[in-house]
Amino acid sequence: MKVIKIDKSELDAGLEKLEKSFRLIGPVKEKNYYAFKELKPGQKPDLGFSNSRLSAKSIVYPQSEVMFEYSLDRNDEKYAILEEPARSYQPRAIIGIRPCDADAYEIVRRNFDTPEYKDSYWLKNYEATTLVGLACKNPGATCFCTSAHSGPFSEKNLDVMLVENNDHYLGRLLTEKGEKLAETAGWTTTAAADDTFENLKQEAESKIKSKVSTDNLASQSLIALHEAESAIWETEAVSCINCGTCTHACPTCWCFDVQDETYGKSGVRMRNWDSCMYPLFTVHASGHNPRGTKIGRVRQRFMHKLKYYVDKYEKGIQCTGCGRCVRLCPVNIDIRRICNKMNSFDPETSSCEVAS
Amino acid sequence: MTSYTDKIREISKRLLKEGKVDMVIGFTKGSVPMMNQPMFAKNQGDVDNLVWDSNCGINLANYVTGRTEKIGIVAKGCDSRNLAVHIVENKIKREQLYIIGVPCKGMIDRHKLAAIVPGEIESIEENEDGKTITVSGNGFSQDFDRNSILQENCALCMHRNPVIYDELIAEEVPEQTREDIDLYAAVSKIENMAPEEKWAYFEELFSDCIRCYACRNACPLCYCPTCFVDESKPQWLGKSIDPADIRMFHFLRAYHCAGRCTDCGACVRSCPVGINVRTLTKKLEKDCLEFFGWEAGMTTEERPPLDTYRPDDPEQFIK
Repeated sequence: MKVIKIDKSELDAGLEKLEKSFRLIGPVKEKNYYAFKELKPGQKPDLGFSNSRLSAKSIVYPQSEVMFEYSLDRNDEKYAILEEPARSYQPRAIIGIRPCDADAYEIVRRNFDTPEYKDSYWLKNYEATTLVGLACKNPGATCFCTSAHSGPFSEKNLDVMLVENNDHYLGRLLTEKGEKLAETAGWTTTAAADDTFENLKQEAESKIKSKVSTDNLASQSLIALHEAESAIWETEAVSCINCGTCTHACPTCWCFDVQDETYGKSGVRMRNWDSCMYPLFTVHASGHNPRGTKIGRVRQRFMHKLKYYVDKYEKGIQCTGCGRCVRLCPVNIDIRRICNKMNSFDPETSSCEVAS
Repeated sequence: MTSYTDKIREISKRLLKEGKVDMVIGFTKGSVPMMNQPMFAKNQGDVDNLVWDSNCGINLANYVTGRTEKIGIVAKGCDSRNLAVHIVENKIKREQLYIIGVPCKGMIDRHKLAAIVPGEIESIEENEDGKTITVSGNGFSQDFDRNSILQENCALCMHRNPVIYDELIAEEVPEQTREDIDLYAAVSKIENMAPEEKWAYFEELFSDCIRCYACRNACPLCYCPTCFVDESKPQWLGKSIDPADIRMFHFLRAYHCAGRCTDCGACVRSCPVGINVRTLTKKLEKDCLEFFGWEAGMTTEERPPLDTYRPDDPEQFIK
């Protein structure tokens, strides 16, 4: 792997070159919060951010996305045909994505890219995107990435990893896509081979104070966890207001709802993020709702992330420890506490060992 | 605030011990700063986790809707007014409730505070003088005058003391009056805008909305079994983040709250992206006051004006 050195003074010139071949996306401060946005010509990403308010999920998987267009006009030669809209999949690059969000694409991919089914919308968006990560030197107080198979310097899924180091960035070119991007930007100075990366990585990891235990989740009985109402679900569901803040902020929640919107004689079929927190999520056409209670919905979200997913894919939990749901939940439902409860649940005594 | 916490625990223990209530709804310390968690204390052990401080901004009236138990509930001024609204609207019976009234000194604005400090807030300490708060995080520690970082609705609150209660945990706090505060300054500013300016203002206001419905779900008034945005037969509203659908959701929800909203601020507090949803409800509050001389939740004897029909209504169209 090639490691390059980019002087901070060279960064902007490189980005300007990249603009000619890539649509650039980066963190920008809007009102009080950071968000990943497509950069206007000449606009620079603000790499002084901690992390974006909402995850970078929507760049590959927009909250609302048109899948097909259709005509209901009998005189139209395309009458009643579902047609994918013309859309640009020009190369684009996310500059400054945090490792937790980049790791999350791997998790979401397990849903959208399977041997039986390939979601062309997600895949085309993803394939067109080069991920230029920015290592987290100052993780937040609610970040628990190191115990969620990620980390402040995790390079999974990234094409380039940038590490800020005084007056320059170290650029680790992790894939061919990454090498191509660096070449296009004119970033070619080879960095000295030394321990800087490892040292900074260890320093950052040592700053993560928040941890979860996940070692028992796979061996726990699914039925026992599901039935742990008094030990886990009843108390956790009390405060939940069943809003979708957690699922909307989460980089790994992937559920959507398909809707047709018709305007006169034409229309679109679109998909929109949905949330397992909403009663409507599971309502049947008959009107029956198999998950009609709040406790059922709260249990579903955490069982999915921390048990069903763990069992189905055998790749750990469906969470990268970004901490957004912990920070944003209006009523302080904390996935770290629930994960530790689930991990320590003892069906014999129907109790959990959790330091509150 | 320690004395408030002690008193809440003392009363709650007594109520549970005497069997007067099946549970006490209150707050427990959150796992992150400024985010206390609503809890149901059902036994003496639970009671020791009840707390009161300046981060109890969620409206607990939201948690009693349709419940059948005997409930002790910790209620600041606005919560008590929403309990009154609930009683009028038959969402709970007065005799089911034992209201532990909290004379409120206002809640800290978590969005505002997070925006003015230089890093992530890791702890908040309320100093003993009751007037200042120390906010600290990685590499910073700052003192703030408590009054300068209150939620906007709290800064404008004229009913800090509970309106209905069974027991107060402390002496009443002084109330502000219209002479102390310019209650509708923000509303007047918008009222005085030209139509294009108003359009731009509201376009901007809701531009960050992600339709998570935290505002609706944190609101004690939003208890419809199926919200109009969730109806599918007929479907009133698209599900995407089309700005027209987003605004329709907010405008219609606000109208449903007219004459019922107590300006508790739970909607704004809950919003993950910091939208000032109260911009709409405050205008409706002003209209209700000016047209009907009505303030929501001040009585359990009378229904809100838009929920009332009178044969002697002065308006012709309704007769």
